[in-house]
Amino acid sequence: MDFGFLDQLWVARIPLLKGLGVSISISLLSIVAGTVLGIFVGLALVYAYRPVQWLVRGYTDFIRGTPVLVLVLASYYVLSTVGIDLGPFQAGVLALAVFCSSHVGELVRGALQAIPKGQTEAAKAIGLTFPQTFAYVLGPQALRQALPAWVNTAAEMVKASTLLSIIGVGELLLRTQEVISRTFMSLEFYFFAGFLYFVINYGIERFGRYVERKTAVPS
Amino acid sequence: MTNLLEIRDLHKRYGTVEVLKGVDCSMRQGEVISIIGSSGSGKTTMLRCINMLEEFQGGTISIDGQEIGYETVGGVRRRKPEREIARQRALTGMAFQQFNLFPHMTAAGNVMLGLVKVKKMSRDEARGLAEKWLDRVGLLSRKDHYPGQLSGGQQQRVAIARAIAMNPKLMLFDEVTSALDPELVNEVLQVIKGLAEDGMSMLIVTHEMRFAYEVSSRVIFMNQGRIGEEGDPREMFLKPKTERLAEFLKTSTFN
Repeated sequence: MDFGFLDQLWVARIPLLKGLGVSISISLLSIVAGTVLGIFVGLALVYAYRPVQWLVRGYTDFIRGTPVLVLVLASYYVLSTVGIDLGPFQAGVLALAVFCSSHVGELVRGALQAIPKGQTEAAKAIGLTFPQTFAYVLGPQALRQALPAWVNTAAEMVKASTLLSIIGVGELLLRTQEVISRTFMSLEFYFFAGFLYFVINYGIERFGRYVERKTAVPS
Repeated sequence: MTNLLEIRDLHKRYGTVEVLKGVDCSMRQGEVISIIGSSGSGKTTMLRCINMLEEFQGGTISIDGQEIGYETVGGVRRRKPEREIARQRALTGMAFQQFNLFPHMTAAGNVMLGLVKVKKMSRDEARGLAEKWLDRVGLLSRKDHYPGQLSGGQQQRVAIARAIAMNPKLMLFDEVTSALDPELVNEVLQVIKGLAEDGMSMLIVTHEMRFAYEVSSRVIFMNQGRIGEEGDPREMFLKPKTERLAEFLKTSTFN
């Protein structure tokens, strides 16, 4: 009987696939939640009243200055000491979403501030209210501006999802390590896991390019 | 009959710097008034106060008897609610030095936005009106082009169509040819002349003296935050009464 890599891969296919599924879930949930939250963070950074702006600025600076791993550990171990008992999956996704929101917030802020003031003035001059100006003039332009950097952040989130293995979430990396500890084929299985992460991120990047092409303005 | 525009003792400060030091001006329906003066004299600021792109600290501006931007309740002057200010801004149309077209919308889309969102027209109705005005500025064939695909002069004509399609009572032109290459200036001035012939009420801040001379029913010369001199264009340009205006005209090109 031959116990080559492909045989071992076949034997381990179920836990690895499950791990892949968990990794994708973590990434997707934290990217979606982080982006929604991040848009509000960005809006607050640009348009909120001063005291709110300072508060939100403090939030993003603090989060961005903290290693993601620390956020993950804090979310799992510290929150439970104040009575918020989250499972490892929930705690991990929360930490990643918060991390993602501070980055997306900065992207949105930068994109909004890069739009010339004349755009707002022209919108005002034809009688648009601020919500209308945002919805039809500023928002669409900011979206195009922020898209490439957002794709980058999304890819970062996929990579950061591996950190949840530390708090025992059975995502792809942890499952891979378990398989390795049984088969001792560390090189092969680490390569394989790396390949899967690459495929996910390549997909995200292609998707970003596609949206960029679709929303490009002819000139 | 009330005047179309009535400005009384307009004061505007940026911090401690007073840029408008008490401007009075009234304008009747159908008048075309050019505002000239050196940079920093307050002419653009005055224009921007009329549609509340700038706040002002003293005085009143009224359009058709409606007080713009502020109200005085129980002796306290306060800014009107934003929704009301947005509504009042639609009384005027403005064309800007930098055109400020929305780059992610076609020429027709630029003109239609205000019609659909502010005037609540149906898209079909708005499209019809947009095409009418784009035709008027000679750009119907470019209606599906994006601003990035148009020349400066074409962009400015679309911007004028966008403003005028909203059917404003008063058009404000803020140095609309200053950012254009010389050979593109004329096509924009021709459009404005056409509007003047239609009886559109217009306030035009400009450095084009020949144009101001030809198109205006009245000229206002701004000097250091005040109106230095105003009157009939022929008299203003040929027989300036004040030393300052004579100085200014000497340094500007009249061709």
